[in-house]
Amino acid sequence: MDFRDTPEEAAFRAELRSWLQENAPERAVEAGRGDFDALRAWGGRLYDAGYVGITWPEEYGGRGLSPTYQAIYLEEASRADAPNHPGVIGLNMAGPTIIAWGTGEQKQRYLKPLLSGEEIWCQGFSEPGSGSDLAAGRTSAVLDGDHWVVNGQKVWSSYAHKADWCILVVRTDPDVPKHAGLSYLIVDMHAPGVTVRPLHQITGDPEFNEIFFDDVRVPRESILGQPGDGWKVAMTTLLHERGTLGFALSAELERMVNHLVDLVREEGPDGRRPADDPLIRDAVAREWIEMQSLRFTNYRALTTLLETGIPGPEGSGVKLAWSEANQRLTSLAQSVFGLHAQVTGEDAPWNGFWQYWQLRSRGNTIEAGTSEILRNIIAERVLGLPKGR
Amino acid sequence: MDFAFSEEQEQLRGFTREFLADRYDDVRLARLADSETGVDAEVWPKLAEMGWLDAELTFLDQAVLLEETGYRPLAAPYFSTTVLAAPALDDEAAKQVADGRLTATLAWAEPGMRQGLLHPAGTSVSDGRLTGQKVLVPDGAAVDLFVVTAADGLYAVNASDAVVTPHGGLDGTRRLASVRFEGAPARPLATGEAAAALLGRIRDRAYAAVALEAVGVAQRALDLLVAYAKERKQFGKPIGVYQAVSHKASDVYVRLQEARSLAYWAAWCVAEDDPMARQACLAAKAHAGEAAVFACESAIQGHGGIGFTWEHVLHRYYKRAQWLAAFDGPARDQRAEVAAFLLD
Repeated sequence: MDFRDTPEEAAFRAELRSWLQENAPERAVEAGRGDFDALRAWGGRLYDAGYVGITWPEEYGGRGLSPTYQAIYLEEASRADAPNHPGVIGLNMAGPTIIAWGTGEQKQRYLKPLLSGEEIWCQGFSEPGSGSDLAAGRTSAVLDGDHWVVNGQKVWSSYAHKADWCILVVRTDPDVPKHAGLSYLIVDMHAPGVTVRPLHQITGDPEFNEIFFDDVRVPRESILGQPGDGWKVAMTTLLHERGTLGFALSAELERMVNHLVDLVREEGPDGRRPADDPLIRDAVAREWIEMQSLRFTNYRALTTLLETGIPGPEGSGVKLAWSEANQRLTSLAQSVFGLHAQVTGEDAPWNGFWQYWQLRSRGNTIEAGTSEILRNIIAERVLGLPKGR
Repeated sequence: MDFAFSEEQEQLRGFTREFLADRYDDVRLARLADSETGVDAEVWPKLAEMGWLDAELTFLDQAVLLEETGYRPLAAPYFSTTVLAAPALDDEAAKQVADGRLTATLAWAEPGMRQGLLHPAGTSVSDGRLTGQKVLVPDGAAVDLFVVTAADGLYAVNASDAVVTPHGGLDGTRRLASVRFEGAPARPLATGEAAAALLGRIRDRAYAAVALEAVGVAQRALDLLVAYAKERKQFGKPIGVYQAVSHKASDVYVRLQEARSLAYWAAWCVAEDDPMARQACLAAKAHAGEAAVFACESAIQGHGGIGFTWEHVLHRYYKRAQWLAAFDGPARDQRAEVAAFLLD
């Protein structure tokens, strides 16, 4: 057991830290409100500097380093308050799935522009009638000559309004049991018949969308795996979503705890300093401890990953715990403003930072697997309890 | 970055778990907890034989033993001797501990004063004789030697020179005692700033140890809950299929993993004398103590009526969890110190 950086890791960290200091733009409140083109340019600079796809194979534009370096990147980017790369769906979901299932041509075509932020990806999994129950999806694809013809509707699709490509789960065989009839397509979001309609979240921002597919023609070879492999391929995507995001989440929580510490040390709108209130002190300490517990849980899962190639079960609760911590933390922050917390616009405390993040945090326990589904997964796959369905 | 125990440490864990499971099944644990002394008098020489008392053990080695003695409580003053007292002992006494010839504990709390390890003590020494009243001394009636905090330092006093009043305890295998010293011969171990620094190190170590034990306790509670949820049937199905039960177990699992991560971080910080040791130990003790209580309460609830009976082993773990959570003050005391690091 040793938590210190190796000399190579320390050198990487030092170089990254100074690079971020010189290059990182100020972080907008969040992606939905910031200037997306500026974010895209930031993604390109990150890529040119070698900080995107750190763990990806070199042949696809990555650096082929161990996940430890990705963890270091996430920690340092969070400490520098640097914006995230705009291509999160591509980096965390589409990319790893293409690496695992794609043909040589697909890897050549898609991975580099994904890393550089030139092309943005979205995900078409959930439907109005099937959210957590992915295998009940009804969006269909029927072969017509050299093309799949796609019809249906997807929902809760983040970044779809900016996206160039979509990883889409479709039903290609309605006559077999539900998991077996699925396939996994790569769809051009600029193709005729694709309509994106923004959905406004409770923050007021259109961060996610509905996507309608009306006779959209998709080249026959734009499929990951074989027809009927859709469920297996989708599980790869979700494994990556739930397996490698831990460090991003604890780093994000560290950033929020740092902001919280700044907030409570300032004089509040009523002239009192929240940090003088023992109840607030207790709550802030609790979230700092929670953040450290998630950070070190990630380290443990990472150690298992480095030793066995599979992320450890330790990490399976990180998203669950993070989402609830982020909700508590942001609510605590809003509470120190009293009714001032309601005021929007120019007079909003902290320029609306905490308003936005508190409301946004309610999505944290829903997106990327609801907390209920995550508890099922832990109960069934980690603890071995009998399946309820 | 490497967050794993060594192969030797994992072997040690295996042996330890087996030894404790053989010697202290749930029936024997209950019998010991309800016995006159709460101590297994024969086990101490075996601990020495197995090397558990060796001064050469690193704190990470010891971390393995501490976690396992939470999983299967050891009815002997192991925590008191090796965690609370040993760091203060002189070479002669340390050697006797390693040989299995000496058990010891730390006596710090005094009546009518704040209980914390770092709070001032009123006990005084003059002409090599110590006078004062100590309370809440862990394993106070089960040891040969007391390390006593006094106004100007730490002293060693033989138990035979003290008046010991044992108390019954909720946790039957780790009881507390009141100890009165009336001009007892006292050997100085550390004085002045050195004593304060030593006491700080002892507290960090004790917090890490408490957290590790708490992790063991929580793991056992979770194992019992999961096993019961698989086997117990109601409405024709194992109760583990019902999310009201299975989600409770998932929540315990998540809290336990967090506690374990903090406890190992704290243990490593203690072993390496890391600059973050103080914060890590505060965090680990606060979180793991509460996690162990949460795990036991969830397991009792998950068992229904049987979990609420004296016959079932769960209440033994629950009381140990409560002991650990209360040690040196509840979690909010540790969080208050963490807050001071963050906010002042």
